[in-house]
Amino acid sequence: MSYGADAKPQMGFFTDTSLCIGCKACEVACKEWNQVPESMQGFTGMSYDNTIDLGADTWRHVAFVEQSGPEGMRWLMSSDVCKHCAHAACLDVCPTGALFRTEFGTVVVQEDICNGCGYCVPACPFGVIDKREDDGRVWKCTLCYDRLKDDKEPACAQACPTNSIQFGELGDLRDRAAERLEELTAAGQENAQLYLHDTGDGIGGAHAFFLLLDEPEVYGLPPDPIDTTRDLGTIWAAAGAAALALGAGIAAAFAGGRS
Amino acid sequence: MTDYYGRPVIKEPVWTPEIPAYFFTGGLAGASAGLAYLAERTDNDVLARRAWAVALGGIAVSPALLISDLGVPSRFLNMLRMFKVTSPMSVGSWILSASGATTSVAAANALTGLFPGMAAVAKPAAALLGLPLSSYTGALIANTSVPVWHEARVSLPMLFAGGAAASAGAAATVMTPVGDAAPARRLALMGAAAELIATNVMEQKLGGLAEPYHEGPSGTLARTAKALTAVGGLAIGGWGHRRRSAAVVGGVALLAGALAERFAVFRAGFESAKDPRFTVGPQRERVDAGRGRGASQTAAA
Repeated sequence: MSYGADAKPQMGFFTDTSLCIGCKACEVACKEWNQVPESMQGFTGMSYDNTIDLGADTWRHVAFVEQSGPEGMRWLMSSDVCKHCAHAACLDVCPTGALFRTEFGTVVVQEDICNGCGYCVPACPFGVIDKREDDGRVWKCTLCYDRLKDDKEPACAQACPTNSIQFGELGDLRDRAAERLEELTAAGQENAQLYLHDTGDGIGGAHAFFLLLDEPEVYGLPPDPIDTTRDLGTIWAAAGAAALALGAGIAAAFAGGRS
Repeated sequence: MTDYYGRPVIKEPVWTPEIPAYFFTGGLAGASAGLAYLAERTDNDVLARRAWAVALGGIAVSPALLISDLGVPSRFLNMLRMFKVTSPMSVGSWILSASGATTSVAAANALTGLFPGMAAVAKPAAALLGLPLSSYTGALIANTSVPVWHEARVSLPMLFAGGAAASAGAAATVMTPVGDAAPARRLALMGAAAELIATNVMEQKLGGLAEPYHEGPSGTLARTAKALTAVGGLAIGGWGHRRRSAAVVGGVALLAGALAERFAVFRAGFESAKDPRFTVGPQRERVDAGRGRGASQTAAA
């Protein structure tokens, strides 16, 4: 997708989970600004996580992990969000063009186009996008497309009190993340790792990437996500071969005559 | 393997049972058009008329099933807003539209004699379009993150094409007098064999990921489908050429088997999506084995 003269700098989030204090201000700010409907009210027993996951009505989700080790207990907290993949499966499989790539490189659903076919839902390797039951359409984080157009930062990043959620130009964020990783590793955080930081991964890198303190699956994130359309060549070849085989089979059925 | 409170990593599909029902009716219509066309070309009008009627029935029900599954059914025409090769659903919408138009004209001509000029073009077109119509649905579900579908991407289109052949042959075998039904019986048998072989190859290749085909409700569906297909094939292969009753029983069993197989594949996808073992397990294995680069980097040593 090229925007020519209208092209904008590529924008994104760097979520430094080592700074997250689990206050959920991001969740609240997102709900408020984007007028996201009420989600589950109640207690899950999953530590302080009563949001459960990302979905049609939860566009930021703070995960809480309680780990105990030889030095006692530690908290891992991480504010998860749509990754705005460089190779976005949801966008690739959308038959209507409702999902599109913005001039900032982010991935947004046009709600006046979406017909609720639901193809994007199982296509997403992160389980982000989902259908809103009473509405029939799919919804997810827009990376505050409306605010970006007005030169403002997304609501979650603005609300984050510790700067765990950092918004900016993708190149700057990547450099900053690499420096932070060095710092933390030097300070003894051996499992510190950058997640979706590298454009060579299965989704071509993300516009929302993370610094994690443990393996991705600990936070409910897939360790090696791929954009399903990476295998599109194989998939179409198999469908073509099957169609030809069916044609050959039908023809062969007439080879033996009428009775 | 680690997970986050046992929560799924990917979302379960939001599709309703109309979708596997369409996989069945679309395949039935597609393969029936080919059967009807060649029956007509070989002067077997008794078979041709019946197969065109089945194709018409299947192609008429299919869009209704698909539209009723949409979250916003009134926006169904947005499916033809663009043509996207990265979206098998987009490509399929165009195939289904063209199949619907050509099959309707072809069947109308075969049954009433109307539109002879248009039918001369529509009949071979319907027969050809029916082939991808039968197999693209396998590509559609393979092009997702659902492990039991994506990792079966080579087998699924063949499985669905086999099911299409079996059901088209079976429907025509049920409806056609034994003396005129030989090509339909042969198609039914070839389709049933292809369906059973493709299912087994798929399960073998999936290895541990195939668990939903062996356990729980989707496992029951999968076993039912295989049994029905095997019984139907035996009845038609053994006695279908002599006794109409065997042809009818066998045909109905094959149709039910093909339908059950689509539901088995559909339900297996849900089971596969909701258990993080199937998502995280293989990904972690390929990273640890150096077959996948993974999405994380630690600091350079």
